[in-house]
Order: sequence, then structure tokens, then C-alpha cells
Amino acid sequence: MNKQTFAIKGMHCASCVYINEKALKAIPGVTEAVINLTNGKATLSSEAPIEGNKIIDAVKSVGYQAMIENNGTLDEKIKVEKAKELKDLRVKVTVSLFLGSLIVWGSFPGIMEVAPTLFKNYYFQFVLAAIVQFWAGYDLYKAAISSLRHRIANMDTLVVIGTTVAFLYSIFVTFFPKFFMNLKIEAMPYFDVSTVIIGLILLGRYLEAKAKAGTGEAIKKLIGLQAKTARVIRNNKEIDISIDEVVTGDLIRVRPGEKIPVDGVIIEGESAIDESMVTGESMPSSKYKGDTVIGATMNKSGSFVYKATKVGKDTLLAQIIKLVEEAQGSKAPIQRLADIISSYFVPIVIMLAISTFVGWYVFGSNPVFINAMLRSIAVLIIACPCAMGLATPTAIMVGTGIGAQHGILIKDAESLETAHKVNTIIFDKTGTLTNGKPEVTDVLLKSNIKDQISKIQIKNQEGLIQLAASIEKLSEHPLGEAIVKKAEKEKLQLIKVNRFKSLTGKGVEGVVNEKKVYVGRLLKSDSFADGENLKKQGKTVVYVYIEDKLSGLIAIADTIKESAKEAILTLNKMGIETAMITGDNAQTANAIAKQVGIRQENVFAEVMPEDKEKKVRELQSREQRFLFRTVAMVGDGINDAPALAAADVGIAMGSGTDVAIEAAGITLVNKNLMSVVSAIQLSKKTMKTIKLNLFWAFAYNVVLIPVAMIGWISPILASGAMAFSSISVVTNSLLLKKAKI
Amino acid sequence: MDKIIVSFFGVVSILFTYWFFFMKRIDTVRAEGTVNILVDGGYKPDRISIPYGQTTKLVFKRKDSSACLEEVVLADFKVRKYLVLNEKTEIEINPTKKGEFDFSCGMGMFHGKLIVK
Repeated sequence: MNKQTFAIKGMHCASCVYINEKALKAIPGVTEAVINLTNGKATLSSEAPIEGNKIIDAVKSVGYQAMIENNGTLDEKIKVEKAKELKDLRVKVTVSLFLGSLIVWGSFPGIMEVAPTLFKNYYFQFVLAAIVQFWAGYDLYKAAISSLRHRIANMDTLVVIGTTVAFLYSIFVTFFPKFFMNLKIEAMPYFDVSTVIIGLILLGRYLEAKAKAGTGEAIKKLIGLQAKTARVIRNNKEIDISIDEVVTGDLIRVRPGEKIPVDGVIIEGESAIDESMVTGESMPSSKYKGDTVIGATMNKSGSFVYKATKVGKDTLLAQIIKLVEEAQGSKAPIQRLADIISSYFVPIVIMLAISTFVGWYVFGSNPVFINAMLRSIAVLIIACPCAMGLATPTAIMVGTGIGAQHGILIKDAESLETAHKVNTIIFDKTGTLTNGKPEVTDVLLKSNIKDQISKIQIKNQEGLIQLAASIEKLSEHPLGEAIVKKAEKEKLQLIKVNRFKSLTGKGVEGVVNEKKVYVGRLLKSDSFADGENLKKQGKTVVYVYIEDKLSGLIAIADTIKESAKEAILTLNKMGIETAMITGDNAQTANAIAKQVGIRQENVFAEVMPEDKEKKVRELQSREQRFLFRTVAMVGDGINDAPALAAADVGIAMGSGTDVAIEAAGITLVNKNLMSVVSAIQLSKKTMKTIKLNLFWAFAYNVVLIPVAMIGWISPILASGAMAFSSISVVTNSLLLKKAKI
Repeated sequence: MDKIIVSFFGVVSILFTYWFFFMKRIDTVRAEGTVNILVDGGYKPDRISIPYGQTTKLVFKRKDSSACLEEVVLADFKVRKYLVLNEKTEIEINPTKKGEFDFSCGMGMFHGKLIVK
């Protein structure tokens, strides 16, 4: 009995269930069809599996949609195919190495003396070798022959030529020993060579396939993050539906410990949410009404209701998956050379093997034919084009994968490669180095304030904020908003304001507790030394007057991100010069630069948004140690898009779901500036792995092919070296997973 | 005498190898809309001319069980796809640049070219 389960979209009543069940039962072969309305899932029982399109058509005929997962089945298919391939290889490796070892026992001087007579029998060896050659080696032959039809040579061609020569020679020796004896050549077959080579090459393939599966793990993990169901509120009822059926505008309830299904905005409740799986930020972030939540993240403590704003392929996670997939499909410029070499490599090795044979036959020592044959086989077998082909892509796959796990999204392999050369990073100021939201930083009271207050009690700084916030609540100025926020944060009660007036270019005023209060610029005759100092620090200062007497001041500034100082310091330590670009005035810009540790001469202030791009180009053309600089620009990805595009590497920093992924070469999904450091580190480490892989792959061939030509290495040893070579490259790429970034 | 014969055949074999692998005639297949590519010991056709600015569907069918050909990479279009054995895998591309673009297997051993005109 076969069972198939799938979702049906659009059902909302018992009659829908009935109609669909009837339609499904009508499909030939179906014995039972059961639909569960609460989860929208149908289960079919049948003698044999029913084709997906038959189910889709049946459900469609009654006006609904069956969600037969195509992607799921593709992944399944790949999984099944890979598992079969590995199992197949395992059996072949075991059998060929076992049979090979029997032949070795019967033919290797030193141990053959103690071997059973049967093992020493050439005909017996022939039977064992033939099994390995044509059963275990079947796929090698098939692949080699079909590529030869395209006039292409690959790994399999080399192995097939090498082992076939050894195998055919051995057959001749076994069946026509007299012919060789007449030529004064010892009639000894080399069945051990052909079998052990095939065994070891297949063992290499097996281990390589196992290791390679690990390089694509990150994407599978990302896909696995997706929630399967969502609890939506429709018609005042909470129902669990499949994630595919969630539409924008749906209200979704999330309880503690549950996964957030899709992207959206909280409309009721609050909670702490662990977003580490998507943003790489390890601390859970507190979310309140109006805050955005990201699909696939984990709700920790509270329960809340939110409105779905992005579903399906528009969610942040879906975009991340797409981006990582694309990046893994792209090629790093460093790979080009390896590509060119590997496309000429195999035919050249064949030519070298022929030259080796001729060379040893003409100039070598006796027995010339055997020496020449074994040496040319060693040349064919030792050559390893696979390692060259695997060197870059495996490292890029692991690198982009671990990036995504840390909230570092890399658009393509080229960006990943360029980032390791970056020696200058320009940061946008507002929203990148700073939080981008003005905050109250200082509150000062005028010393003689106590004399003035009678009805209005200003005992301390809080009193001043309370008063100013009460009035600013009625204005719409961003600076006013900062004061109101401060009051809210301190949980201060706002007081009723009468006769509110906005004085254009000056400030606001109103009557509070029968006293006239003004908040705004300094009025002409007054002076406040502390205010001037604060202004020099790049802060905006507003003054509070009570009954026309200056009572105090509030300084407001955009605050720097906590991570800014550490990030700049670390980058500088890494030898990377840091710069800042902003549209703000020089005073504010310099003050922020000083706080984060950017040198004064690297501050570009009062740069109009359209000129930021020019500044980037200007920096690129500045020489540093006789070389042009490689410049990265860090910005928000929306306003800075042209500057990001102009830089050698554009790094966009976003938060949550608003991130503009397409805008930059590298996108950071969190606000933490240390991620810039991590991105550079990731690039450096990935490039180090690639370079080591390529060096290994090239050096291996450049050194060992001549060694095999000279005759210092036996064919069996050559096959071991070759198998080890490609595995070591993949393993080295996998080691990247352990790298600290 | 045998040494001369071996040397002679050696030189001939090397020349043959060079001619066989490096001097093959490549035919360009002109495709519009959909093109079927057989993956069996290489790509057939392996030189495909496709129109600029239009979506072309490349339908790969892998008949070769060798792991080398299990993935196809179209690096310029940022596609790396697993080709399920004996099944059709569709890849849609819409070239926005003219020129020649390489496609290859996952390890870069087998190559094909897309010519965008």
C-alpha cells in the first residue's frame, strides 16, 4: 500500500473536503482519500504511487489547488541518487580492493611465497582482475567512451587507458607466455596493477563524494530553517495552515518557543526573538508593537500577533537562500587560470605518457618494454586534474555558506575575492557608524535656576526633560521627538500644555502650569558657555526658557553604534585605512570621527549624496605604496547605492527585512559593525584556502608527473597519491568551516 | 630497428592526440526559445548561439552517471544546478550582455559555450 500526503489550497469548509475527497477517489488506482480540514492536508492511499500531475488535475477540476512539492521531491531525488551512488561505490571499492589484495598476495615478491597456490595461478588472477576491470570499472569505461565520442578527455580517460594497458598486457602474458619468453621477457602479468589502481581510484571517488556533500551543507541548513506551518487568525478563528498558504495581510499568532513563519510587523504583544540564524546577531532582540519580525527566527519569551508583510519568495530567508545559491554558481576570477589549464591538461598528460613510453623504450634499461609501460601508466594515473577543478568552487561554497550563517551575504565569488585585497574602507556616517536616530545626550541646568521656579518644580534634569517633552510632543520636529523619547524612556508623565505655538526658525512655546515655557534656539542676549562646548562636540543644543529666563539646555546628537569603535580599531590593526563620508557639517563629522577613531584627514564632510560616488573614485585613484587602493564602501544600500556600486566592494548594512540585498557585493543583515571585520576576515580566509588548494593542485601535478616520468614512483603508489590529492583539496575547503570569523 | 618503429609510432600518436582533442571542428547550434542539451560524456550541443535580451530555456538531460557531470555551472548567469540522472533540468536565462559565455561541469572539466548575439 502506498501513501501520499500533500496540501490542498483554498479549502475552508466541510463541503470542500467532501468535493475534494470525491475528486481524488475518482483517480484510477486510488483506494482511499482522506482530507484533514484543520491542516489542509490530504492523504491518498493507492496500490502504486499516483503521478503528481494527475492529483493536481483532479483537484483543479473541482476548483482547488493541490500543493505537490516539486522542490521537495527534487531534493529527495538528489538525496536518493547520492545515497545510491555512495552505496554503489562502497561495494565496488570493497570488492575491488579485496580481490586486488588477493592478487597482490599471489604476485608480490616476499609475500607470494606464503600464498595459496591458487592465488599464484595467472588464470585465477585473470578472472579476479576481469571482474574488477569490467564490473567495478564499468562506469569509468562508460564515462571515458562517451567523452571520447565528444573528443574530450577527462580523469576517466586517463584511468581507463592506464589500467587497460596493464590489463591487456597481462592477458597476453597469461595466454601467450611463449611469445614473451622468445623475446627474453619474463612472462609476468600485472593484474595487481590494474585492480589496485581501480580500487584506489574508486576509494578516492567515494571519499571525495562524501566530503563534497559537506560543502553544500549551509544551503540545506538555511532551507531547513523555514517553518512548515503558521497559526493564522481568519474570521476570528485561529487555524494552523501550511506556510505556502499564508498571504500578505494575514494575522499570525506566535507563541513562546515557536518559529516565526514569515516576515511581518507586530501589531499586538511583545517578545524577545532569537534572530541569530538569519542575522548572525547572537543576542536575542526585544520586539514591540510596530517592530518587524523575520520569518524563520525563533520566538523566545512572549506571545504576539503580527501581520504578514512578506511571504513566499519575498521573505528575507528566501532572498538569502537565492543569493547564496547564486553566489555558489558564480566563478571567482582566480579560477580562470585553473579552468584554462584543466581544459588542456588531460590531452597533454596523454602526450607526456606516450613520450615517457618512447623515452624509456629507446633509452631505458632492460626489460625496456615493461619499464616503459609501467612508467607511462604511472604518468597517466598520477595526473590529477580533479584537484584543480575542485580547488576554488569547494572553498567558495563553504565560504559563502558560513558567511550566510553569520549574517554576511555575499553576492558573487568575485566580491568575496576582491574583499581580501581591500586596504581602505569608507563608512557612511548616519545610520552606519551611528544609530541614525538623534538621542538626548546631555541635560544641563542653569545654576541660578532654583530662584526662578515656584510653581514649576524643576528639581533635576528629569524635570527639565519632562517640561520640554510636554511641549515638544505637540511639534513634529525630529529633535523634539528625541526629547519625547527620552521622557518616555525615563517613564516621565507629560504635563498638559496650553496655547502651543510653533515659532518658525526658532523653536516652540506654550503654557505649562500657568508658566510660559519656550524650547528652541538661544535667544539673543543670553549666553551659555556649556552650550558652546557641546556644539563643538558636534551636538545640536536646544535651550529651555521658563518665563523668558534661560533655565537649562538639552543636547541632542546622533549616537555612535556600540560596535563602531572596536570595529574601526580592529580594521586599523589589520592595516586597513578607515574613512568617513557624510552630508553633515564638518564639526559634527569630526566629532563623530574622533569618537570612533577615524583620522581627521580621512573625514569627508558636507558631501552631497550624488557626490559620494565621486569621492569613492577619488580615493580609488589615490596611490598607496605605489599601488592603487582597493576601496570598500559601507553604507545603507538604499541612499548610498551609487557609491556602493562605484567602490571595489560595496558593503550594504541593513537591519531585518528592509535590507536591500541587490545593491551591494556584500550585504550584512545586522547592524553590528564588527560584521564588516568578519566579512573581510571571511574573504581573507577563503582566499587563503583557495590559494593553498590551487598551490597544492598545481604543485602536485608539476612535481609528481615528472617524478613518474623518471620512474621513481610505481603505478599503484601513483593511484594512491592521486586519490589522496583530490580528497585533500576538498578536506582543506571543509576546514574553512572551523575558521573563526 | 624496433626503437625507430616505437619512436615513429610515438610521434604519430602524439600528433594524433593533439589533432583528436585540440583540432576538433565545433558546430554552433542556433537556438531560440528552448534548446535541449544532452549531457553524456560532454554537452551536446556544446556551442549554442542564443538571442540577446530574450529568455532562453536550456533543458539539460543527463545520461552520464559520472559524478563529474552531475552539476552544471553557468557562472556568468550565477547558476549552479544539480542534474538529476535521466531527467530533464530546465534553466532559464535572459542574457543582458553580448559575447561568449562558458558553461561547464562542477569541476570545470567539461565545457560548453553560449554565444549571445
